[in-house]
Amino acid sequence: MSGAENPSAATAVNAALPMPSAARLFWRGFAENRGAVIGLGVMVTLLVLAAGAEFFAPHAPIEQFREYFLVPPVWEEGGSWSFPLGTDDVGRDVFSRLIFGARLSLVIGFSVVTLSLTCGTALGLTAAFVGGWVDSAIMRLMDVLLVFPSLLLAIVIVAILGPGLFNAMLAVAIVALPAYTRLSRASALAELARDYVTATRCAGAGRLHLMFSTVLPNCLAPLIVQASLGFSSAVLDAAALGFLGLGAQPPTPEWGTMLAGALQFYQRAWWVLTFPGLAILITVLAFNLFGDGLRDALDPKLKR
Amino acid sequence: MSVLMQAEDLRRYYQVGGGLFVPRAVVKAVDGVSFTLRTGETLAVVGESGCGKSTLARMVTLMELPSSGELFIEGEATSQQNEAERRRLRLNVQMVFQNPYGSLNPRKTVGAILEEPLALNHRGNRAERVATARAMMDRVGLRQDQYGRYPHMFSGGQRQRIAIARALMLNPRVVVADEPVSALDVSIQAQVLNLMMDLQDEFKLAYLFISHDLSVVRHIAREVLVLYCGRPVEHGTKAGIFENPLHPYTRALLAATPSVDPLHSKHTAAVKGELPSPLNPPAGCAFASRCPHATDRCTAERPEWREVEGRLVACHFAGSV
Repeated sequence: MSGAENPSAATAVNAALPMPSAARLFWRGFAENRGAVIGLGVMVTLLVLAAGAEFFAPHAPIEQFREYFLVPPVWEEGGSWSFPLGTDDVGRDVFSRLIFGARLSLVIGFSVVTLSLTCGTALGLTAAFVGGWVDSAIMRLMDVLLVFPSLLLAIVIVAILGPGLFNAMLAVAIVALPAYTRLSRASALAELARDYVTATRCAGAGRLHLMFSTVLPNCLAPLIVQASLGFSSAVLDAAALGFLGLGAQPPTPEWGTMLAGALQFYQRAWWVLTFPGLAILITVLAFNLFGDGLRDALDPKLKR
Repeated sequence: MSVLMQAEDLRRYYQVGGGLFVPRAVVKAVDGVSFTLRTGETLAVVGESGCGKSTLARMVTLMELPSSGELFIEGEATSQQNEAERRRLRLNVQMVFQNPYGSLNPRKTVGAILEEPLALNHRGNRAERVATARAMMDRVGLRQDQYGRYPHMFSGGQRQRIAIARALMLNPRVVVADEPVSALDVSIQAQVLNLMMDLQDEFKLAYLFISHDLSVVRHIAREVLVLYCGRPVEHGTKAGIFENPLHPYTRALLAATPSVDPLHSKHTAAVKGELPSPLNPPAGCAFASRCPHATDRCTAERPEWREVEGRLVACHFAGSV
């Protein structure tokens, strides 16, 4: 019987509680998703490792130990603790190279995703809002970019701009652009047809306010997913360019370049190939989990 | 009672087609609508789907400009204004939408939705805006603890209250309500309609009430404008139109209203046929193909707007059939 009296008391308490701040609410929604917290943890660890690479790595990334070519990792026959994950074909410590490589790979992944996400979204929203010939021009340009195989297009762009890491990132970002543009245009068009946009216009909102404050937040879900997937393809594409001598130049440690340069050893020295691959996999997984959590935490419908 | 809004012969035509193999055509979505709206009045615009009601709403809120004709808001003509002036005038006309599930931004809390119109127009500081929003929530019957909630946590009727509150935040003179209760349960409809009527008295509002539901119109309207195929067919006071409809189409609409009276269905005949295509409207009266009284004159000559028994009606035989 006492249970029947309690609800009204509980409502009264609820009403008296102040609404928690937006950041608090966001964190609460985010922390509910365990995968997302793990992803965030892995990303923070990677960032710390990358930032303090000199401190964490046992060796310099380009130092060659001439007596130790292709030494297996420590738990294998013939491994040693001075090279916990083994050495590569020219006697460099794989573990140290991975830690130093995290710097470059994370920078590549983040900057490519940021660049293509912001430019792509801006282009897509412009196409959706302005319409007419601007819309046609932007979307046909994106179709042209889509026609070429992504690597070929990236090679062409790097060939025009000149080889180098920055130009390679720019090329990869341009290749990734159409996906973001098309996604944001499609969801912006769907949102634009809804009444709340008209209501905000009635209330006197200008075009920029409508674009970024009203429509964009409602288009975020597919963009976040695309961005978290785009991270991996950015790292891999940049690696492919590096492999062709158009991106990071050896002996710079970079996960994709390490992976690409070790392909010939996959039968006799699996560790040279496996660990950079695992590093990319774990980073991408963490990024995806984080992206999922972010998307859910930003969606008020999923909050309790 | 001062005139808040006046429409003179508003027309809105759309170009359609014009592709490689599609010939260009013109859709006359709204074809010559005039009305006057005064403080505290409700003008109901009725008609079936596709008759141009929503296009009229978009023109009246200045979302779209008429192809021809003139709209006056508080005595100021709107067609010759520049964009900034038009935006200022637009604030006098706010809108309540049909679908309460699509008319509220799902990412914003009720408080943020209500404060947004004030913030956009730099009215008051933050604390004042919060106070105004909370006062308005009280006024439309929302509880204070619902301030920080999101739209999906509310039922349809409550959402429509939020939408009405938002429309009133800027103290508009005219509220355009585009079928505001047709998505709600009948029991909730009455509550929302009564709320709208209370607010009308309190804020001295004029409503342009768009509906296809005549029982709702009977409840709230003072004047009724009947549209058919983008053209006005009859315009008069509620009492006149409901008791003595002059245009055959108005009669058909009234006859189609559901009734519990067992004798009701005996002396009414349902309208047969379809709406004429707006791409190819008939030369004469748009209703001629479905009208039981139509003659050759109706299909050949378009009936002009004329006054019969103190009402405006577009029918050659109004008052005689």
